[in-house]
Amino acid sequence: MSKAKLVILDCWVSPFCMRVKIALNEKGLEYEAQAEDLFGGKSELLLSSNPIYKKVPVFLHDGKPLCESIIIVNYIDETWSSPPLLPPCSYGRAQARFWADFIDKKVFDACGNIWRSKGEVPVEAKKEFIEILKQLEEALGDKDYFIGTTFGFVDIILIPLTSWFFALEKIGGFTVEAECPKLSNWMKRCLQRESVAKVVPPPEKVYEFVLMFRKMQGID
Amino acid sequence: MGEEVKVFGYWASPYSYRAELALKLKGVSYEYINEDIFGNKSDLLLKYNPIHKKVPVLLHNGKPIVESLVILEYIEETWKQNPYLPQDPYDKATARFWIKFIDEKCFPTLWLAAWSPENEREKVTNEACEYLKTLESALNGKKFFGGETIGMVDIVASSVGYFIRVTQEIMGLNLLSADKFPQLFQWSEDFANCSIVKESLPPRDKLLPFVKGLIAKYQQDNAKA
Repeated sequence: MSKAKLVILDCWVSPFCMRVKIALNEKGLEYEAQAEDLFGGKSELLLSSNPIYKKVPVFLHDGKPLCESIIIVNYIDETWSSPPLLPPCSYGRAQARFWADFIDKKVFDACGNIWRSKGEVPVEAKKEFIEILKQLEEALGDKDYFIGTTFGFVDIILIPLTSWFFALEKIGGFTVEAECPKLSNWMKRCLQRESVAKVVPPPEKVYEFVLMFRKMQGID
Repeated sequence: MGEEVKVFGYWASPYSYRAELALKLKGVSYEYINEDIFGNKSDLLLKYNPIHKKVPVLLHNGKPIVESLVILEYIEETWKQNPYLPQDPYDKATARFWIKFIDEKCFPTLWLAAWSPENEREKVTNEACEYLKTLESALNGKKFFGGETIGMVDIVASSVGYFIRVTQEIMGLNLLSADKFPQLFQWSEDFANCSIVKESLPPRDKLLPFVKGLIAKYQQDNAKA
């Protein structure tokens, strides 16, 4: 068992794990990322720390486990207050929570409808995905980041999911940049931050993983 | 300056109920507007919740907040009296974990068990029982999930403790029973007996026929699909 005070049970391609690592990086915290072999066999530590869902990420603070990425990011923000990831006023925080909830309810499944398709990606799946991105783009508006002028909670929740977009573009035959240029610029802006760049894998590597996963699932 | 607090809700909605209970626990006065969610949603509702077009919507001094869990967190942060979330970040994270579990696993599966066709019901019921067992473990000998007093987990669990119990009665199911889940059953009794909870729950005699109608509709829609 690691002696490190902050540990994340991790998988390099999981957007949910990336959220936690970015939050920790933003706070300037040192942590140990323990890679889980999700296909070979989950570790005893993972199964005992997250017996209900048996999923990554699990964040261990002095051995105490926390599960579910948004809950973990909130915990990190509340435990280490600087710099704050959520805006100071209640209404701004409600806006941030709303968008985080929207992202979790909509984006991941819409991505799945594209990369899990056998053969030609249904037009409906692509349409739905782009519509969701356009809603996010409208919320972003002309701002640099989702809530105001500083990188924060909503950006952290969304940017890891975008690491899968290149794979979706290749499989689906469209580009996010053409459909949502403002969102595309926001992605580039976030990827320039060290906290994000250190964590988000190159899109080609994610694409390779998705192709391998499709083969495993008998989709390709 | 007076505060303007409004709730756009639906009398039978467990999600709408959460927002009202939270405000009542905080002693905050509000105006309640019942939306005709199955008929015609008002222009105001569609204006305040353009993305999901659902109840509840909380309107505070003209600013809308939507999604029941977002509303609960907002109410907790805005009105500091009678807190219903723990102060300690780890305990708070634990509460949020159980809330997510209830909303994503417990409640949807229990509802599914109520209206599923016969051939699927056993599988869903078994799953629902597993979730109830897990939820009961979160009580851990306490009177309420929040300890001695109602907390945010209790507010959210009202969907299981009250609304699902009513549903079970209609369907002749006995999932949340005293012998299978004694602690959870006792909790649901204690919760429903709190005066502040009692005065705001939709009345059983009105809720029963409504849920009956809703189940029939779900079964009909499912048969067509």
